[in-house]
Amino acid sequence: MDPARKRRFRLVAALTAALVLAGGLVYTSFSAGSPAKTPSELLASAEPGGSYKLTGKVVEGSIRHEGDTLLFSVRDRDGTTSVPVSYTGSVPDPFREGREIIVTVSRGAGDTFVAEKDSLVTKCPSKFEAEDDAASDMS
Amino acid sequence: MDALALLAIFALLLVVAWVVVTPLRRGAASQAAAREEADRQDLEAARDAKYREIRDAELDRETGKLSEEDWRALDRQLRAEAVEILRRLDELE
Amino acid sequence: MATVGRAALLIALLICAYGVIAAVYGALTGRREWVESARRSVYALAIALTVAFGILELAFLRSDFSFAVVAGHSSTSTPTFYKASAMWSSQEGSLLLWVWLLSLWSSLVVFLTRRRMREVVPWATAVLLGYGAFFTALLVFAVSPFDTLAQPPADGAGLNPLLRHPAMMIHPPMLYSGYTLFAIPFAFAVGALIAKRVDAEWIRSTRRFALGAWLVLGIGIILGARWSYNELGWGGYWAWDAVENASLMPWLTGTAFIHSVMIQEKRGMLKIWNVSLVLATGILCVLGTFLVRSGILDSIHAFGASTLGVPFVALIAGMSLGSIALVVWRRGLLRSEHRLDSLLSREAVFLLNNLVLVAMCFVVFWGTFFPLISEAVTGEETSVGPPWFSRYTVPLALILVLLSGIGPLIAWRRATATNLRRTFAIPVACGVVAFLALLFVPGVPQKPLALAMFALGAFVAGTVGQEIWRGTRARRAMTGEPLPLAVTSLVRRNRRRYGGYLVHLGIVVLFVGVAASSTFQTASDHRMSPGDTVRVDGYDVRYVRATAEVGNDPSGTGAMLSLGAVLDVSKDGRHVTTLRPARSFYPSNSTASGPVEWLVAGEPTSEVAVRSGPLKDFWTAVNPDMTRFQEVIDQGDKAVAADIPEMQQPMVAFRLLRDVIAPNYVENPPPAMFRMISSPLVAWIWIGSLIAIGGGLIALWPAPDAARRRATATLRARVAQDLGRA
Repeated sequence: MDPARKRRFRLVAALTAALVLAGGLVYTSFSAGSPAKTPSELLASAEPGGSYKLTGKVVEGSIRHEGDTLLFSVRDRDGTTSVPVSYTGSVPDPFREGREIIVTVSRGAGDTFVAEKDSLVTKCPSKFEAEDDAASDMS
Repeated sequence: MDALALLAIFALLLVVAWVVVTPLRRGAASQAAAREEADRQDLEAARDAKYREIRDAELDRETGKLSEEDWRALDRQLRAEAVEILRRLDELE
Repeated sequence: MATVGRAALLIALLICAYGVIAAVYGALTGRREWVESARRSVYALAIALTVAFGILELAFLRSDFSFAVVAGHSSTSTPTFYKASAMWSSQEGSLLLWVWLLSLWSSLVVFLTRRRMREVVPWATAVLLGYGAFFTALLVFAVSPFDTLAQPPADGAGLNPLLRHPAMMIHPPMLYSGYTLFAIPFAFAVGALIAKRVDAEWIRSTRRFALGAWLVLGIGIILGARWSYNELGWGGYWAWDAVENASLMPWLTGTAFIHSVMIQEKRGMLKIWNVSLVLATGILCVLGTFLVRSGILDSIHAFGASTLGVPFVALIAGMSLGSIALVVWRRGLLRSEHRLDSLLSREAVFLLNNLVLVAMCFVVFWGTFFPLISEAVTGEETSVGPPWFSRYTVPLALILVLLSGIGPLIAWRRATATNLRRTFAIPVACGVVAFLALLFVPGVPQKPLALAMFALGAFVAGTVGQEIWRGTRARRAMTGEPLPLAVTSLVRRNRRRYGGYLVHLGIVVLFVGVAASSTFQTASDHRMSPGDTVRVDGYDVRYVRATAEVGNDPSGTGAMLSLGAVLDVSKDGRHVTTLRPARSFYPSNSTASGPVEWLVAGEPTSEVAVRSGPLKDFWTAVNPDMTRFQEVIDQGDKAVAADIPEMQQPMVAFRLLRDVIAPNYVENPPPAMFRMISSPLVAWIWIGSLIAIGGGLIALWPAPDAARRRATATLRARVAQDLGRA
């Protein structure tokens, strides 16, 4: 094979490999992800066995400890539909009532949701929201 | 707005204007020289890079990555390339 | 003073507008005096922005609460050290920091190139001032740092306690310096394409700037990781969070560029590739800046939904389209001069390294933006987590490490195949020996990826060691210098090469630390009361007693209350260390709390206690059960509010907290949740990054003029012989 054809062959091989890998990546990402759902969406469409990223605000007064488990409820950002969650694992520092959180859950018995360990993420309150949050906490 | 603030703003404006306008008052400079200068700088950079390549090749031989034979051939080729660059530099002057 | 600040920003915007016009006019008409004026506009911009920056910083240090920003982000109780950094915890302050740093680096670059690249500099100046115009326009019209409050509050909201850590003081300026420094190669790439000067001089200057930017950005990334590990209560250093990824992507493409540009330097190849890499890196830096301050991706960093999303998207779109258009327009200029001489060359290894790095960047990009992509494609927002990222980046990282060991052992242009066996013998032996030895360490063979990383790490260490040894030996054969002198002069005379080797070693040590600490970590949560003991990874941890400090923050962050624990850690009966994790509580900024509650209702933080060792880190954080404590506080609130006149309430509340409530906690502590993590080799992550930074500095350091002239002279003499003969 003369050098020019060899080079072109190499280029085609490399591009094909790249496309195959990229394709594999793209394909697996769609099946590996967890869809984001609000509490009302979760109640409506959560399938047993599926894992979802629940986003919403922690309901005031709902935080309880039972042994090693943390129990709290999550509600829609602008609404009252809420979902009870039972969580184990590390609790981020900003976690408190009224804060926006993201936690990976799957359906447990009945309408309860069990969280994946250590999957709780609390949004750092925007500096300008902090005052409103604090006011709502203390009521 | 108090007088001090006004003064400070005015001072800043003055400084900025002086910095920016000075070259305009000095007048025009040659344009053709810029192209030649850029060419020369480019050749000088290419020459320095070529020298570095020659030294790298030597170091490659000293650390055992190139055989004497291969190194001699490479060194000759690199020096020929360097000569070419030096020739073009000379032509510029 | 605020009006002076506002005026300074407006002046800055006008300077940028003028400078862009002057630079373009000077470039098109060839009138140098206009280009000169544009260059000096960069200096003027730096002056105006320094004034604005100084005024704002001074306002923070003086706790001038008439400034809205100061009131929202600092307080009288914030320690002075953190008052200074509170400025860039705000949206406005951080934008001002960004554009101030841009003006400083641009001034430096314009000064350094005052006699070079006369055809490229005008366009580059226009681009840099264009950036400046964008950011100052945002500061003048959208988010002004100099908004004042008609009624300045008595005290401010205070700096978010999570940010009260020395690393957080330096992390944003470092990261922003990295981002703004990468704007310079971007600007020079645009300039070189327009001026048709993508040549040796361009390579020389751009590589320098890119290396500096790469170094600074890398330091910023590491500082962020260290902050996360030492300050946050989850015990990790990297979460594949959107904002972390945003800073990693330009660093990856920057690393690719630093390598591939050497191929262009030597063989005139890969011109389109290199130019694209530089442009992409600049765009990714603006993208990173944008991700932090918009709310488009769920992240713990997000500053919250902001009004700046649209202008940034416009800027990024403009930069991307403009870059593509430029490259297509000048594609004739970017044709390769040569082809690869041989697959067995360092050039080929660099090419592979580039492919791996770009692949990594693609993986990170895809995973980071997947929520948006999936929403566009399937209508449902889905995100991928750390396991997905690790699945693809770990194998790529392994290949990268392998290449960084192979590269130094292969010559430029074409290596001698017969020498390969001798060159590879010792490094490969190191890798194999390490592999076999580790097979006997319990737990390691079950984790093949970590084992592979360790073996490859030994291979790279062998490579670097052999290179230094052989180079020193050759030098001593020539000059007879004593060993230490030979090593230093070898490195001094070949900074690029040996600085690079050191960076490789540092990065590999870092990867080994990451592999060990993430694979062999033992993490557990325990609910303990004083007197309890738990066993974690062979250590016996006993909760000795509870602690409560009021008003006397041992960590210096201005915490009002610190509830902690004293933990005694021992192994096989021998005392190892005493750890004191705590949870700090800060005054709240809300007036709706009761008098006692007000003292502690602010953002709590974890004061992590870590014992670092060369082999293992033992990390703990404590989370006391606050339900009973909250009841006591409520009781205190009622008592104080009922019996004490309003004026005296704060003082009485404080005394109640200090003399009754806190000691009560110590005597009668409720059970607390402890998180304990034992990870091996974490310290080597920080050590590896220090080695890499050292290597980067060596590679970056310019050779002293005298030495350079000497080297050039000898070579010129030799080449001149050929010239004479030619």
